[in-house]
Amino acid sequence: MATIHVDGQSYDVDGADNLLSACLSLGLDVPYFCWHPAMGSVGACRQCAVKQYKDADDTRGMLVMSCMTPAADDSRISISDAEAREFRASVIEWLMINHPHDCPVCEEGGHCHLQDMTVMTGHDRRRYRFRKRTHRNQELGPFIAHEMNRCITCYRCVRFYRDYAGGTDLGAFGANSNIYFGRHQDGVLESAFSGNLTEVCPTGVFTDKTHSERYTRKWDLQFAPSICHQCASGCNISPGERYGDIRRIENRYHGEVNRFFLCDRGRFGYGYVNRSDRPLRPEWRSDRNDTAVTLEVDAALGRGADLLRTSRRVIGIGSPRASLESNHQLRELVGEDNFSTGIAAQELACLTAMNALNRNCGLPTPTLRDVEDHDAVLVLGEDLIASAARAGLAVRQAVTARRTELAAERDIPSWNDEAVRTLGQDSYHPLYIAYPIATGLDDISAGSWTLAPADIARLGFAVAHAIDAEAPVVEDLDESTRREAETIAKRLLAARRPLVIGGGSLGSPVVIEAAGSVARALSRRTRQGSLLLVRGEANSTGLTMLGGESLEWALDELDGAHADAVVVLENDLYQRAPREQVDAVLERADAVIVLDHQRTATWQHADLGLPAAAFSEADGTLVSLEGRAQRFFQVFDPRYIRPETRIHESWRWLHALRADMLRQDTGEITFDAVTRACAEHYPELHDMLGSSPSADYRVRGLKLAREPHRYSGRTAMRAHLDVSEPRASQDVDSPFTFSMEGYNGFDRPREEVAFAWAPGWNSPQAWNKFTDEVGGHLSAGDPGVRLLHPCPGQYDYFVALPERFTPRDSAWQVVVLPRLFGGEETSSRATPIIERAAPVTLRLSVDDAQRLGCSDGDLLSVVTDSGRTNLPVQLDAVLPVGLVGIPAGVEPGLISGDWAELKAEATNHHQGQIMGQRDDETGGRP
Amino acid sequence: MSVSRYRSQLRQSAAERRAETHPLTWRLGEDGAMVGLGEYLDKDGYVAARKVLNHQSPDDVVATMKDANVRGRGGAGFSAGMKWSLTMKGQDIPRGYLVCNADEMEPGTFKDRLLLEQLPHLLIEGMIIGGYANHSRFGYIFLRGEYVEAARALARAIDEARAAGWLGNDIADSGYDFDIALHTGAGRYICGEETALINSLEGNRANPRAKPPFPGQSGAWGKPTVVNNVETFCNAPAVMLHGARWYQDLSGELSNDGGTKLYGVSGKVAMPGLWELPIGTSGSELLERAGGMRDGRALKAWLPGGGSTGFLLPEHLDAPLDFDTIGELGSRMGTGLLTVVNEDQSVLSLVRNLEQFFARESCGWCTPCRDGLPWTVKILQALEHGEGERGDLEMLDKLGGDLGPGKTFCAHAPGAAMPLQSALKYFREEFERGVVHPPRAAHADPIPVGVV
Repeated sequence: MATIHVDGQSYDVDGADNLLSACLSLGLDVPYFCWHPAMGSVGACRQCAVKQYKDADDTRGMLVMSCMTPAADDSRISISDAEAREFRASVIEWLMINHPHDCPVCEEGGHCHLQDMTVMTGHDRRRYRFRKRTHRNQELGPFIAHEMNRCITCYRCVRFYRDYAGGTDLGAFGANSNIYFGRHQDGVLESAFSGNLTEVCPTGVFTDKTHSERYTRKWDLQFAPSICHQCASGCNISPGERYGDIRRIENRYHGEVNRFFLCDRGRFGYGYVNRSDRPLRPEWRSDRNDTAVTLEVDAALGRGADLLRTSRRVIGIGSPRASLESNHQLRELVGEDNFSTGIAAQELACLTAMNALNRNCGLPTPTLRDVEDHDAVLVLGEDLIASAARAGLAVRQAVTARRTELAAERDIPSWNDEAVRTLGQDSYHPLYIAYPIATGLDDISAGSWTLAPADIARLGFAVAHAIDAEAPVVEDLDESTRREAETIAKRLLAARRPLVIGGGSLGSPVVIEAAGSVARALSRRTRQGSLLLVRGEANSTGLTMLGGESLEWALDELDGAHADAVVVLENDLYQRAPREQVDAVLERADAVIVLDHQRTATWQHADLGLPAAAFSEADGTLVSLEGRAQRFFQVFDPRYIRPETRIHESWRWLHALRADMLRQDTGEITFDAVTRACAEHYPELHDMLGSSPSADYRVRGLKLAREPHRYSGRTAMRAHLDVSEPRASQDVDSPFTFSMEGYNGFDRPREEVAFAWAPGWNSPQAWNKFTDEVGGHLSAGDPGVRLLHPCPGQYDYFVALPERFTPRDSAWQVVVLPRLFGGEETSSRATPIIERAAPVTLRLSVDDAQRLGCSDGDLLSVVTDSGRTNLPVQLDAVLPVGLVGIPAGVEPGLISGDWAELKAEATNHHQGQIMGQRDDETGGRP
Repeated sequence: MSVSRYRSQLRQSAAERRAETHPLTWRLGEDGAMVGLGEYLDKDGYVAARKVLNHQSPDDVVATMKDANVRGRGGAGFSAGMKWSLTMKGQDIPRGYLVCNADEMEPGTFKDRLLLEQLPHLLIEGMIIGGYANHSRFGYIFLRGEYVEAARALARAIDEARAAGWLGNDIADSGYDFDIALHTGAGRYICGEETALINSLEGNRANPRAKPPFPGQSGAWGKPTVVNNVETFCNAPAVMLHGARWYQDLSGELSNDGGTKLYGVSGKVAMPGLWELPIGTSGSELLERAGGMRDGRALKAWLPGGGSTGFLLPEHLDAPLDFDTIGELGSRMGTGLLTVVNEDQSVLSLVRNLEQFFARESCGWCTPCRDGLPWTVKILQALEHGEGERGDLEMLDKLGGDLGPGKTFCAHAPGAAMPLQSALKYFREEFERGVVHPPRAAHADPIPVGVV
């Protein structure tokens, strides 16, 4: 603690901080550009100048950059000093020399940090009368638009892209007033985190291209606190809606999860909710081969209830991409004995194992922020950048934090970013990775091994044994692996806080158990470590806790005629099981009811399709990979702009369907009631009740506003339908209004913030007003409740260790490899993600390719007992011999661990088919 | 090869230059040829290094440097001994780097070139001593890329020294290991700033680094690093050989600073060139040695030590040229190479030319320098073309102040502000003559702005 004096007032601040950060944490406004709470200070922009005085007697003082000056005890500064204010106005004037006056047509306008700072410093007259410098812009791919003329040269973009996120293809070029931030030539930005440039850039150089064609100012967007549905990390997002479409996804600050940054899949993968082919009304087919007719809600419920009443036994197939509430309502509808999670058996086994380990391995699960506080990391069987990218970014910070420690030894404060990097150079905390191919974190790893899943597990078990001799011995371990395992063990034991990361990406329960064994061994040696286990989908963790049978069980029940009807909840079975099998089962079932927000292949086979709300139109609770139950809130009412739609939350449909089936009155159903029922039904989920405020929550007697107070055009918004404006939609499910009316401030702390705005702070930097300290936690505490806790007890080591992987002569073991772009079901239906996805290929080791006589680009057929596909070969220099890598999301019949035959195919026929199919599926809304 | 076409010529006869009085240049002949290893050894070469490595501790060397008060000859005048004493050394501290700043790019400065081209062994010997004092593992000479002749000389000298055991392991049987690599720069003025130089040496953009931490704590590749100018290192052997007292006495009553200085004069004088003289020699003596003003034109103003120093007037010529005195006159001694301006020359054009140089050479890191300097250039161009507006001079005053020390990231912009501010102070009417318009709106393309 330190006491500083600012303009005559005394404040207690963190003495390890710099003055800028300390002042902002106190709520004092100091303008800045190059400083960023996650990236520290570099002193480049000179915008944060304040006057500092030596002591109480010093009346002259001198200008200092507050970002580069320690908040030492008894510091005396003035923000309002005339010289300081004039200098800050000068800095803006210089920045404006070359900045175009294009705010009216600039997509940053309205949430522009440069606008905010210009107003804050009072610069409002142009005195520079000469020609402006101009640049040529670059084409940077489907996500990011580039307008270099707006650049004010704060260097934040490259500092984030290179230094923070480890990217290499964005740089600073040129010198003097001719600095250029871009790639060496036009091309797609390679980083998985490029979207953060749109928020890191204080002005409109890097903007969201997916937003561009249907652009809306921030003040005209309707927001709600939401949770990203594109992986299990649980990042908090603020989707912005206008005219019934989601226009962009902004980062929503969460002090324990994503903080300031999102991955590109999460930010740009929302397009599926805007698709023009989305089911908007219930659809009915009297015969499966007929074209569907649309129904009104009551008629649809009536037909659905008839189908269910006349069925012998109804199977419910839930979904890990649907909320706990929706899954619970389905289970209520069909009964516990008839409920399947909709997750394939192998994955479900992995998920169950992971939930068990999180409770009984002895180590807690870290939050993503807490991940950054570990000083040795072992990753088994995950390429985090592909499977949980935001977690991968957190691991990068953990590993590079070694430099901060070294700097501290030389009294270099952690915020002095360039100095920390200079001193630390390429010193990293140890990171070890075992995965079948190269991963996105190899560049900072102390050791990376490309291994078959069984060998990854064996390495893990060997590490566990090296840590704790009571852990089982790995038989037939070769000498070099044993030595490597010992090295890893030594480094993990030497760490203050070791972190073990595993997960289900490779579909291998032994890899998960290996991670668990390392965690247990560390726990037995009383190390303050953590275990992070990566799940596949947004609610994989929660659905596993809720319970239910596997997808195969459900298909078998139907196939064996033990049941004759099925209700499928937000799940495209064709993404999870072989086509022929799903075809047969759906054919056989007498009644198929599908609820989804996408026109999936499963939907096309339904007798009755009920149009479900996507995350943007629904409330719900998800449980992230750290076991955090988090509420996502409905962003907008789809019926307001498109009155013809009959979209409802799945839980609402299912509740009504059940009531109809039982010939009961549907009655009032609210989200709070469903959540309560869900929490009370499953003891493990009980604490989810605390994950969000109930619908009657008020601030100063007000509901919370979804729309900024400057929201315009509401009265004219529906003028093309009717000149009289209807009453605003009412939200019975949450404390938010579909309106600008309601509380939107920061002075009364609240956990759920739809959008961050404070007077004078229109950009994402406004989040600093909502946190207890800059970069800290939300003032009211970070939202969500953690459900997975370690349970004390005696737990034994996993003993069924796998044999060493042995390649076969004429068969290859399948490993399905997750992909950030294209590997996830719903985001793969968004056009920008399709454009960004790499072409699908089959990975084969160079030796195997030689043996098969094939080279890059040759078409190979892959055939296993359950699936087959044809793919062009991509030679992989590091993939172990005997494996064949199949990209996720291509063919669900190909399952990790199965053995496949490979054969050369003559033509590129299938590839064309895949591409054609994808073109069909891109349809954005006109 | 004839060197007569160079300005970088010593204008003192061999007879005048003696070991006791001219520690930097006494070994040079009159032919401008490089002093090779054999000749250097004949003229007491590496004697100081042998003495230091075998008989003195690093701390002794630092103490002697401090006592001698060798002030940094790159222009800043910071005590080399003090700098060496601040280098982190010790059991847990890795041995770092010793870097010679030979990126001589200060406008009007050509002194290091003489030493580099003709006496590279003196620099190497100085660096061995510096490396020993600073516990350095390796030395780099960061040479201005255009100095191809110097690069040839240095490369040859380094080879000779290595072959003779003056570089490499166990130098002079002392157990001390040290070697030197020559790095030629790619031509940015900012690389003369020591931390930008280090960044460039590492292969990064030549942006200066924030201080603290200073290079002595965390420099090249995060290791303790000492950066000194060529002339500074070249003073070290004589200081070690003859002692601090002798060095101090070289300047006698002329100055509180010790030693000699390689002074020079360029511009419209009869005989531009270099002279090694006691520090504190006056500008008038230098002008006299340069043969006075050319063509009988009168002296209008002079820059005492490069483009980044402030203008002085003829009335200041009698002041001793040392760091403190010139500083008190409102300028800086800088490199100590005078640039003279005669009565026919336009100070406005000269300042415009200088500011154009500094604007172009800005690294682009901090806002005042990157965006403020080009603005001054454009205003100066407007004034030069008789297209100035009322308020332009006041804007130049304001910009000059805003580019000053403490407001920018490094000393580049303050260096650029100094000639601007001093010219506005002494020759304001020249600027005022360019003001012909009332303030007008921003023009589409009014002024031939040139390329900045």
